[in-house]
Amino acid sequence: MDSITAAFHWFVSTFPTLSMALGLLLLPLVPLIIGVAMYVWWERKVIGWMHVRMGPNKVGPFGLAQTFADVFKLLLKEVVYPANSNKALFLLAPLWALIPSFAAWAVIPIGPNVAWSNANAGLLFLLAMTSMGVYGIIIAGWASNSRYAMLGAMRSAAQVVSYEIAMGFSLVSVLILAGSLNLSDIVQAQAGGKGLFDWFWLPLLPMFVIYFVSGVAETNRAPFDVAEGESEIVAGFHVEYSGAPFAVFFLTEYANMILVSFLAPILFLGGWLSPFPASWGLLGEPGWWWLCAKAFFFATAYVWFRASFPRYRYDQIMRLGWKVFIPITIVWVFVAGCMKYFGWVTTGA
Amino acid sequence: MNRVTSYLKSLMLLELLAGLGLTFKYLWRPKYTVRYPMEHIPKSNRFRGLHALRRYPNGEERCIACKLCEAVCPALAITIDSAPREDGTRRTTRYDIDLFKCIFCGFCEESCPVDSIVETSIHEYHFEKRGENIVTKPQLLAIGDRFEKEIAAARAQDAAFR
Repeated sequence: MDSITAAFHWFVSTFPTLSMALGLLLLPLVPLIIGVAMYVWWERKVIGWMHVRMGPNKVGPFGLAQTFADVFKLLLKEVVYPANSNKALFLLAPLWALIPSFAAWAVIPIGPNVAWSNANAGLLFLLAMTSMGVYGIIIAGWASNSRYAMLGAMRSAAQVVSYEIAMGFSLVSVLILAGSLNLSDIVQAQAGGKGLFDWFWLPLLPMFVIYFVSGVAETNRAPFDVAEGESEIVAGFHVEYSGAPFAVFFLTEYANMILVSFLAPILFLGGWLSPFPASWGLLGEPGWWWLCAKAFFFATAYVWFRASFPRYRYDQIMRLGWKVFIPITIVWVFVAGCMKYFGWVTTGA
Repeated sequence: MNRVTSYLKSLMLLELLAGLGLTFKYLWRPKYTVRYPMEHIPKSNRFRGLHALRRYPNGEERCIACKLCEAVCPALAITIDSAPREDGTRRTTRYDIDLFKCIFCGFCEESCPVDSIVETSIHEYHFEKRGENIVTKPQLLAIGDRFEKEIAAARAQDAAFR
C-alpha cells in the first residue's frame, strides 16, 4: 500500500500537468461509466417489474453487479472481424460514436457555473457533439460490409437528421427566452420566486414534450428503435460487432440517454433549481441533487416508454418528425418570440 | 370536424398517456416469478419422478421378479434378470432402469402387483459420468429406503382412487 502511495506521489510531483489532466478526465468519466452501469441495471429492473417479473436479482445485492458481470464478459470475448470488412474503420466507428458522447458532458453544469467548461456557446457545442455521434453509426454500418448493418445505419442516420431539426427548433425557443447559449445562464434565467412555475416548461410546454420525444428518437431508443429492428435487420448497425467494440457502442447509447435526461431538466425544468419557493428552507435550496433527481425521472421515462409502446413503423417515424414536430416547433418558435418581445415571460431571479 | 378533433386528441397524447398509466399500474403488481432453487411450487402426490424399489416393513424386498414392469415398459428401459434365492423364493438378480430411455409414464408402477417399483417425487438429480444414467437394483433399493416415508404417504393419499 505504501509503495502505491509513494508511486502516486512521485507521478503527481513529476508530471503535474499530466496528472491534473488525467484527474480532470477521470473525474467525470468514472461516475458516468458507473452511472451507465447502474442505468442498465435500473432499465432491466423497471422493465422486469412492468412485465410483472423481477429483473436481475442474482449477481450482487438486488442484482446490482449484473451489468459489471456482463461488461467483463464482453471485454473478455473475442472480437470477430467480418470477412472483407475494413478493419481500421470497423474499430474506429465505436470510438467515433463514444468520444463525442463523452465530450458533450464537458458543458453540462451541475451547479451555478460548475461545469468542466462553462463555455458561452455551450448549447451549440452540445448540438455539434450529439450530431457527430451519428458518423460513428454510419461508419460502423459501412465498415461492417453487411447489408443489415448498412440498412440499420441508413435508418439511424435519416432518423437522427430528421429529429435534429425539431430538436434544434425547440432549443431555439429556449434560447429566445433565456437570451444565452450558456447552459448555466439558461438555468439562471429560469430562477424566480414562483418555484417550478418560473421554469421554461410552462411557456414552452409543446417544445418540452417535443424535445424529449426527439431526444428519444435521436438516441434510437424504443419506440423509435427501427435502427435496431430485430425482426427485419437483426440488430442494425452493430450486427457484426462483438466483444469490446460492442460494449463501447452499448456504453455510448446509454451515455447519450443519460445526456438527454440531464439536458431536459437543464433546458426546461430549471436544472439545479428547487421546485419549491426559497422560503421552504432546505427543500427550497437549489443543488445538484435536484438536477440528478430530475434527470433520474427522465432516465426512468426512457425505460417506461420502452416497456409501454410498440415500435413505430419507419414511415410513421418520418411522418411524425417532418409533418408534426417540425411545423409545431416552427409555430412555437414564433410564439416564443412574441412572449419575449411583449414581455409575457419573466426571466432571471 | 371529426378529423380536427381526432388530430387535437392525438396532439394531447391521451392514448399514449393511458398506455403509460397501464404499465405504471403493473409496475406495482406482485411478481409472478418463483425463485426456483429457493422456492418450489406445490407438487402433486401423483408426481412421477425418479424411480425407487420398496421393501416391506420387515426389511424384505417387495419385488418378486414377475417382470410385468419390464413387459409393460413402452420405452424398454427396464432390464430384469431373476434367480431363486437360497430360501427358494424367486428374486431379481438384476434390476436396471435406463433413465435416458425412461419416459416417466408410470406404467411400471401401475403394473406392479406388490407396489415394489414406484416413481417418487424426486425430480432434481443429475449425472456426471457416462453410464450413471443406468440405475441398478442396489441404488433403487437405497432410494426406496431413504424416501420410504414420503413414498408411503403419497400412496396412502392416492389409495382411494386405485
